[in-house]
Amino acid sequence: MTEPNTISPQTMKAVRSSGAVPGSDYLLEVADVRKEFPGVVALDNVELRLKRGTVHALMGENGAGKSTLMKILAGIYTPDSGTFKLRGQHIRLKNPLDALENGIAMIHQELNLMAPMTVAENIWIGREPMNRFGIINHAEMNRMTEALFKRLDIDIDPEVTTGTLSVANRQMVEIAKAVSYNSDVLIMDEPTSALTDKEVTHLFTIIRALRAEGKGIIYITHKMNELFEIADELSVFRDGKYIATCNSADVTRDDIIRMMVGREITQMFPKETVPIGDVVLKVENLTLDGVFRDVSFEVRAGEILGLAGLVGSGRSNVAETIFGVTPASSGSISINGKVVHIASPSVAMKHGMAFLTEDRKETGCFLPLDIQDNTQMAVLQHRYVHMGFVQQGQLSKDATEMANRLRVRTPDMSEPIINLSGGNQQKVLICRWLLTNPKILILDEPTRGIDVGAKAEIHRLISQLAGQGVAVIMISSEMPEVLGMSDRILVLHEGRATGTLTREEADQVKIMELASH
Amino acid sequence: MANVTNELGNTSTTGLKKVRRLPPEFSILLVLLGIAVVFEILGWYFVGESFLANKQRLSIIVLQVAVTGIIAVGVTQVIITGGVDLSSGSMVGFIAMVAASFAQTSLNARAVFLQPEYAAFGLNWFIDSSPLWPIMVGLLLGLLLGWLNGFLIAKTGIPPFIATLGMMVSVRGLSKWYTLGQPVALLNERFTWFGQSFEVAGFPVPRTVIVFFLVAIICHVALAYTRYGKFTYAIGANPQAARVSGIDIGKHLIKVYAVAGLLSGLAGVMLAARAQSGQPNMGVSFELDAIAAAVIGGTSLAGGVGRITGTVIGTIILGVVTSGFTFLKVGAYYQEIVKGIIIVAAVIIDVHRQKKKSRA
Repeated sequence: MTEPNTISPQTMKAVRSSGAVPGSDYLLEVADVRKEFPGVVALDNVELRLKRGTVHALMGENGAGKSTLMKILAGIYTPDSGTFKLRGQHIRLKNPLDALENGIAMIHQELNLMAPMTVAENIWIGREPMNRFGIINHAEMNRMTEALFKRLDIDIDPEVTTGTLSVANRQMVEIAKAVSYNSDVLIMDEPTSALTDKEVTHLFTIIRALRAEGKGIIYITHKMNELFEIADELSVFRDGKYIATCNSADVTRDDIIRMMVGREITQMFPKETVPIGDVVLKVENLTLDGVFRDVSFEVRAGEILGLAGLVGSGRSNVAETIFGVTPASSGSISINGKVVHIASPSVAMKHGMAFLTEDRKETGCFLPLDIQDNTQMAVLQHRYVHMGFVQQGQLSKDATEMANRLRVRTPDMSEPIINLSGGNQQKVLICRWLLTNPKILILDEPTRGIDVGAKAEIHRLISQLAGQGVAVIMISSEMPEVLGMSDRILVLHEGRATGTLTREEADQVKIMELASH
Repeated sequence: MANVTNELGNTSTTGLKKVRRLPPEFSILLVLLGIAVVFEILGWYFVGESFLANKQRLSIIVLQVAVTGIIAVGVTQVIITGGVDLSSGSMVGFIAMVAASFAQTSLNARAVFLQPEYAAFGLNWFIDSSPLWPIMVGLLLGLLLGWLNGFLIAKTGIPPFIATLGMMVSVRGLSKWYTLGQPVALLNERFTWFGQSFEVAGFPVPRTVIVFFLVAIICHVALAYTRYGKFTYAIGANPQAARVSGIDIGKHLIKVYAVAGLLSGLAGVMLAARAQSGQPNMGVSFELDAIAAAVIGGTSLAGGVGRITGTVIGTIILGVVTSGFTFLKVGAYYQEIVKGIIIVAAVIIDVHRQKKKSRA
């Protein structure tokens, strides 16, 4: 694994501070990087070369492996294998601090600032200027901050509490913090997702200034127009694999989309044609203030409605609102033609809804509990309980039958769910909802992190359920899944429905066009 | 993680069956036996007699822990939801006072009910009356105060630690205010009967202990076999997942805290009956003994994990340690020092267990 000529991060740090910068066109070169997570190959021998003084965009669908690669570059993950060269020298980063001290700084998508602290304290945390008694010199720290902000043309008071800043300003502070480490490589993960046009312009000015200083910027984005405005080069990833690197001047928007989604649909989606029945769920002008607005659609019995859109488009929020997790600000939901008020998940369940959430860990599994308890928790709300006592005999039998049907691979229903692989945990959660006999089934990323075999099983199951007259809403970031399974596809962009495509007219390019702008 | 997946893959069972395995309390039971054996050996060595072969002592061990045991059963359920109840000791004190005041006899020249001036309003019908009154009043009061704990936590969203801390301080104040700091004594014998022992084959069995075991059995059944129990574990294991599974978390938490309050009430009533009096400082720091018993018994403060059987064993461990030290004539100060160490050691083991689990 370790090449003989690999030098330690400490040595690299020393060489760097001595000012003797080894000559190399590339700031950063990685090749043959492989990273596996249990059950998933996140990165399959990918490569990336970042030139000095360029903005390099990373493109790919959700789950293409961009974020994993960035986390490897920033020292958060360690790759299973691969070579890693920084300024022409082999290096092995052990942790984020290693990366930072070697001039690689990452600006996270979800901001990492400590809200109760001041801007200056946030920027210099761990490196505060101190007097010889170890007391922090705040005046000096604020001066340093001001100097830094002046260089970047940022106008923020260093002494203001970070929590009171707008998202855009917090983003600026994050960037200033990254620059303050004298980083040569800056990684920005969708930095404009929360910014207004004016703020984006300002950000781009800063990025251009940094580029002029010879820094390399890795820029992850889903927005095509930004790409052409700021990026010099771009690399495309798909399904954990490296596809290509090109000059952004040499390619068109369509080329990029094709490279991003251009895989053959080798997996057969066992979508059966089933008779479509009456409208079961009708959503009109559904709004959740500040998240999504005026979303309207209907789903019929036996129909699978795909919800497509980028992360942050509001797909999951719409699902959560329909299920009562975050009740709507306005708009109406009707079930079987009757307007209902869904104030909580328990009300939604009473109306025959089931909701498989996106995040298995956060909102799905009861990790300390066993498979049996995890399977039965939702159905206990309305069934299998007599005088307060759980009718465990019948329930265990039915739960086990369901687990067998979905081929949950476990020796025992009393196994803690934490010991199962991600795919099996997902199957247990699907069991949980199927036990409730839903009429409306909402699935948010039903096959995320699941291997191909299990995926096909889950797809077959979804198809079967639709065949039995269940109305299915399926959210997925995977285009082939959306295209393969859906009867109709509703595309969301920034909290608004931008279009509905029928199964016949939908293709990946059309969806991407509706999903970006 | 990868290894485990492989292991499971190798077993490759699609047919599911139940496998019997040792209950998690088994290790705690071993600890209890180990401690008892150590005291037995030390007993022969230093005192020259057996620690365990003494009916009187065994009876005292359980008697000592019965009251804290009852509240420990309640606090176990609260901790399983991921919360904590600091108010149980104060509730025991206050409810012991109130129960005692309703169990007075005419022998007591100075009937105490609320503050003395209220006696003038003819509020002394309870003197020499049925022992059911003090019991009912005590249980209802416990239920009400526990419900209030749950209501505060569920409706305002403040942490359980703070809500029950406030309750702990205020209720202690109430128990002093109730009689202006005076004890209530000379109680109705039909009431104190509940605090007495009866003999079974020459073994003195305190009724308090019977109540403790009954409470433990009922709550064990409730946690293991009812919807109430399943939801209690679910909320502690993952509140967000519980909500998405349709569980009304606020409503359920109120129930759990009300049950804990009810059990504190019961403990207060039993304590008054046993001590044949009510004193404003009864039950001080009982809440900590109860929490310690639950934690020693394997209940995780992180929530979602814990069983009544473990708590019962944890309670007995605390009783055995106290009794053993007294038997070895170790000074009271040393006893407290060591008790503290045992509690911390138990939590260290718990944390270690959690880590091992998440690594699996």
